[in-house]
Amino acid sequence: MKYQKLKVMLLSSLLILGVSGIALAAECIAPANPGGGWDFTCRQIGKVMYDIKAIDKPMQVTNMAGAGGGLAFNHVVAERNDDAELIVAASSATTTRLAQNAYAGMTADQVRFVGSIGADPGVIVVGAKSPFNSLGDLVDAVKADPGGVAFAGGSAVGGFDHLKALMVLQRAGVDDITKVKYISFNAGGDALTQTIGGFTQAMTGDMSEVVGFLKSGDVRVLAVLTEERVPGFDDIPTAKEQGIDVVAVNWRGLYIPKGVSDDTFKMWADRLQKVADSEEWKKVMADNGLAPFTKVGDDFQSYVDGIVAEVRTMSQKLGVIQ
Amino acid sequence: MDILANLALGFSIALSPYTLMLAVIGCFLGTIIGALPGLGPSNGVAILIPLTFALGLDATSALVLMTAVYYGAMYGGRISSILLNIPGDEPALMTTLDGYPMAKAGRAGDALVLSGVASFVGAFLATLGLIFLAPLLARVAFLFGPAEYFALYLLAFCTLGGMASNNQAKAAIASCIGLAIAMIGVDESSGLPRLTGGNLHLYDGVDFLVAIVGLFAITEVFFFIESHGKHSSLGVKLDKVSIPWKDIIVCRWVMLRCSVVGFIAGVLPGAGASLGSFMAYMSEKSIAGEKGGFGTGVAKGIAAPEAGNNAAAGGALVPMLTLGVPGSGTTAVLLALLMTLNITPGPTLFTENPEVVWGLIASLLIANFVLLVMNVPMVKIFVRVLQVPPWVLMPGVTMISFVGIYSLSGSYFDLLLMVGFGVLGYIMRKLDIPTVPVILGILLGGHMETALRRAMLLSDGDWTYLFSSPISIGLWVAAVAGFVAPMFLRNILKKPQRVTD
Repeated sequence: MKYQKLKVMLLSSLLILGVSGIALAAECIAPANPGGGWDFTCRQIGKVMYDIKAIDKPMQVTNMAGAGGGLAFNHVVAERNDDAELIVAASSATTTRLAQNAYAGMTADQVRFVGSIGADPGVIVVGAKSPFNSLGDLVDAVKADPGGVAFAGGSAVGGFDHLKALMVLQRAGVDDITKVKYISFNAGGDALTQTIGGFTQAMTGDMSEVVGFLKSGDVRVLAVLTEERVPGFDDIPTAKEQGIDVVAVNWRGLYIPKGVSDDTFKMWADRLQKVADSEEWKKVMADNGLAPFTKVGDDFQSYVDGIVAEVRTMSQKLGVIQ
Repeated sequence: MDILANLALGFSIALSPYTLMLAVIGCFLGTIIGALPGLGPSNGVAILIPLTFALGLDATSALVLMTAVYYGAMYGGRISSILLNIPGDEPALMTTLDGYPMAKAGRAGDALVLSGVASFVGAFLATLGLIFLAPLLARVAFLFGPAEYFALYLLAFCTLGGMASNNQAKAAIASCIGLAIAMIGVDESSGLPRLTGGNLHLYDGVDFLVAIVGLFAITEVFFFIESHGKHSSLGVKLDKVSIPWKDIIVCRWVMLRCSVVGFIAGVLPGAGASLGSFMAYMSEKSIAGEKGGFGTGVAKGIAAPEAGNNAAAGGALVPMLTLGVPGSGTTAVLLALLMTLNITPGPTLFTENPEVVWGLIASLLIANFVLLVMNVPMVKIFVRVLQVPPWVLMPGVTMISFVGIYSLSGSYFDLLLMVGFGVLGYIMRKLDIPTVPVILGILLGGHMETALRRAMLLSDGDWTYLFSSPISIGLWVAAVAGFVAPMFLRNILKKPQRVTD
């Protein structure tokens, strides 16, 4: 009897270790806590990959939150540089931070961006009771009183949601965009709740963050920041249609370590392409408000290089970085 | 009755031998995960998510398993709080205050049974609240802006002074240390790192689990080493385990009140279970007054935080299901699970996926009963932990602490930080400074600062914005009252106190 508790403890720790080590095949690092977009990317892509038999064991998802993805980036660069079975979730936030030098000096060319297979369209949202009925109304209000309209968003100050608001306002001809208030929240859901509650006047975020509230009639989407209207949300006008040419989508993709062979790079690109082509993935996208956005392999790498350069120039112009 | 029909639907989904078995397994795993220091409900659920994929579970079965683990961990956290003075997870923090002294006095079994019953009451009432009030309560989140949240956290801090019974100044010092630690990391309102020394590991601030395990578990190990195990607090006498009916009956109103307090704290996004158990404990403490003997191992001091934190666990499901906004770390993980199962929580969830919602609610009720049945007889096994010789137990605790903390972020930096907190805890205990306020400072300080900064940004620095709504004014009044009134209140409430005792 004396050691019974000890046995229970040992057994349980073995059990936990066993469960967490269930699949040593491929690992996907989500550089954030469970529940966020990166976690979603890892789990959904991993699940579809396994379901369509692109990989033969379930994907092991590791959450490595820290420094807005910087910790995972550092981990991959410094410790896992030649790990062929490692993929890491990334999004526009990753490239935005790399462009703004927010990863303590690390740069985008220290990893290989292998592909993106879906994008979350950027949206500008107001509460259902808001006086603003179009993007024009909102812009006019900001022009009249730059400090009078507060934007809420799920990214940090200077982050992608902040940039969305600034880009739209700058393109619309607001002179002093530094006076525009942006309140940063941990997640889009929080930002939305505060906007519906009337504490902030507008919210910038991703389509997936607002779908539920849109259906329930709590919010109005003033504009979606894509080239064309998003399938399934055909009554929502683009910003472009309203005379403000801003396109900002939050792509969901992956990077892999720099030190892997070209064959490995191609293997992951092919696997991603298979996922993108599958019915399962199309359903995932439809359920979560994602728009198709498939770029894999070298194609995606050059897209990322372009985006990093563009965000860097833009952030300098907007005064977000020096 | 719509609700009854819906519940019937839920039970028809959740009540199959297979799902019942999952619930039992989940409750058991959850209890153990909760009891292990460093492994709380949130990382417990996160670790087990791959299991649901490996087993190929459908949406309802996966939810049954995970919510059973969630509720189980909320129950389990109290075990190590009571037996070892090491909180198994952050909501069980307040349970150490009275649970451990009670165990030391030889009533470990009573404390465990009583806290199990309190957990049941809290979780059960919260689940009822979820059933009847969820759609209604979801709207409450829209009423809480930055000013209201600031007042809410202020209320929590204003009651903190009364925590240390011997020396209020020391409690204040401790909470200031906690607040200072909460400042570390990237400042949300400007995006700039503060007090990080350029170290990427500190950009997200200090995880409170690291602080808890360091301040409690590691400190305990240091004391054990110092005394060569001679004066170890372990090895207390064990009475026969029986059900302490007297204590349970004495605590019935405490449990009810604390369930309500905890549930409300849980419903507010971001506040979570820790605030729930803290508010529950502090409100009961001020009602009981000096004569209540809170902090010395009284029954009410155990029932209050346990009812509070389990009710908050249920409450936190309200914003998660109805708004898609997680009210706590664990619900954030559950949210991820739901989304992986292609279910998007939000205002339309109750109408679009009734089978998921009601299946979940039915499984919560089932899990809760399973846990009560499981936990009361299992107390006999739990208390055996006290018979394990310290030279086995202490290395075991150390190992589990290291593994648990390493599992948080997979970085050795957190381990160093944890040992650092162990040293801090050792020094503080030598100086007789309470460590609980440090944790609360870390837990709530960051939220409070962010709320204030947002409020100031929105109002262009106008302080009157903080008192601009009836809710915030109410909370300010309560905060001021909580700070100065306990001494007056005690005299008024002396009479009912005598009756219930």
